[in-house]
Amino acid sequence: MALLDIKGLKTHFATDAGVLQAVDGVDISINRGETLCVVGESGCGKTVTAMSILKLIAMPPGRIVAGEIMFEGRDLVPLSSHQLDDIRAKEIGFIFQEPMTSLNPVLTIGEQIAESLRRHEAVTKKQALERTIEMLKLVQIPNAAGRVHHYPHQFSGGMRQRVMIAMALACRPKLVIADEPTTALDVTIQAQILDLLQDMKERFGMAVMLITHAMGVVAETAQRVVVMYAGKVVEEASVDELFGNPRHPYTQGLIRSIPRIDLDAEHKTRLEAIGGSVPILINPPPGCRFAPRCKHAMSICTEREPRLREIAPGHRMACHLGDAS
Amino acid sequence: MSQYILRRLMIAIPSLLGISLVLFVVLALAPGDPFSELATNPNVPPEVQAALRAKFGLDDPIYLRYLHWLAAMVHGDWGFSFVSRVDVDTLILQRLPTTLYVVGSSQLLALLIAIPVGVYAATRPYSLFDQLANTFAFIGFSLPTFFTGILFILVFSVKLDWLPFVYTSVPGSGIPWLLEMIRQAIMPVMVLGLFQAASMTRFVRSAMLDVIRLDYVTTARAKGLGQAKVIVKHVMRNAMIPVVTLIALQMPAVFGGAIVTEQIFRIPGIGSLLISSILANDTPVVMAVTFVFACLVVLFNLIADVLYGWLDPRISFR
Repeated sequence: MALLDIKGLKTHFATDAGVLQAVDGVDISINRGETLCVVGESGCGKTVTAMSILKLIAMPPGRIVAGEIMFEGRDLVPLSSHQLDDIRAKEIGFIFQEPMTSLNPVLTIGEQIAESLRRHEAVTKKQALERTIEMLKLVQIPNAAGRVHHYPHQFSGGMRQRVMIAMALACRPKLVIADEPTTALDVTIQAQILDLLQDMKERFGMAVMLITHAMGVVAETAQRVVVMYAGKVVEEASVDELFGNPRHPYTQGLIRSIPRIDLDAEHKTRLEAIGGSVPILINPPPGCRFAPRCKHAMSICTEREPRLREIAPGHRMACHLGDAS
Repeated sequence: MSQYILRRLMIAIPSLLGISLVLFVVLALAPGDPFSELATNPNVPPEVQAALRAKFGLDDPIYLRYLHWLAAMVHGDWGFSFVSRVDVDTLILQRLPTTLYVVGSSQLLALLIAIPVGVYAATRPYSLFDQLANTFAFIGFSLPTFFTGILFILVFSVKLDWLPFVYTSVPGSGIPWLLEMIRQAIMPVMVLGLFQAASMTRFVRSAMLDVIRLDYVTTARAKGLGQAKVIVKHVMRNAMIPVVTLIALQMPAVFGGAIVTEQIFRIPGIGSLLISSILANDTPVVMAVTFVFACLVVLFNLIADVLYGWLDPRISFR
């Protein structure tokens, strides 16, 4: 049984212009101890999907309209925010995109890590402090015992993201959702943070759902990849399969947009961009949502929505192109 | 910390000097003269008048008079009230506790209403509670205190006869006296407090709404802390920083409002002292009372600065 199994999730937002279908029928499953990457460009619904799991989206205007989110066989969708509090941080940890703004500026980092421990585990104040220092050492913050009493503004971006990781892992959750954890950081720091995340995953044996728009990060860390476009899953495969044999035109476009350093000068090609931008998801037209930007679009693409189906073992995609072959 | 406060007090000295200079010049240029009554009194010969004016230095150039006043002030001599025939400092010390009692209680009442209402409204924006709170706040700060004051007197004193509408300051002690002191302060404190609470509720609500959508609040929610703890520990603490600024900036208006309210309820505070001494051309008292108001405003700004440092660790006391 999968650790987390999202089926047909639809999260919509009420806006003045109409209902925004940010996530519109997403299926994602994550097994124990596995790293799953969710990729797609900005605005494709990756973050909303992740935030929906623990109901961290603003409700209203957000609303989970349909679907189920099975975590260890228990559906999280009907649970109230109050009931979810027992699962938040304890079972599912969250690492956010912006380390600069995701820490409370007026509380020490030690306080912010320890409060999670004190909420979920029967520990005294002293034990919580000790565990916090231990976590800070694990995420390689130098002089952890002294730094624990410092405020977020006394840390650099990379160090703050380490603090965020320590916070997310403090209660040893079974699943960690990392929402673009390296996007706001320098390239050199990005690699360090990804390595750290990988280390932590191996040490604690947790599953990781890594949300990113960087294909390089995907290739480096993932076992399985889910590609999202405009609120829907368009392709899902193991990392080798996806990079070796991408089937959906959108995935192919994403992969072609990665700079290649391994090709020699003769074989070098111009980087390809995918023209156009993500459609606005208020009253989207029928058919495939990628059709307006797709080089292979046929007449059926604007009429009928392609279904996500298995085209090879463990490889699923949603495109009419596969129908013909 | 104590060094910081000391340094802030040192900085306050030049601003108080500036304020006193402006006050002094304005009062000196204003029409009206403490001896105007003597001038119209036919029993006082002009020579006596001239001698008195010379004695009190009223014909000196303005800068000399200011320096004279300043030197006396620093030595603790605040002047002599021509009308009441007592020293100005005694007069002010008699009146100041009453003003501080009424203004302080009304500010406390305002905070006790504004913080819970503003916070609760912000956690449920556009709910029925929020709409009601907003409506009452709007009505509250649209009605001037001289109107609500008279309305309160009409309802609670004249119609219902529950509360006295003239504030008496008979010295005394014991429980009955204390109860009477509280009873007669109810209306002025309500009038001033509700007026302040109205605008403060709006401040608190909008400050809370600014913070409630920030990333670190989502982080706190992701820790499963529960709504109450997230609001109190993570949102309120941050939202109070701008609220402290606004309350400190409002202090002059609060004292200004207190002058009107003291007048309506006949409260023997420094506000009504100011009005009566202006009407009586009692310049030394006017000067001293306005200066005391200035000192109070400077003091509340200092308190606000200290509170910032306590609320926000990014501000260091250096």
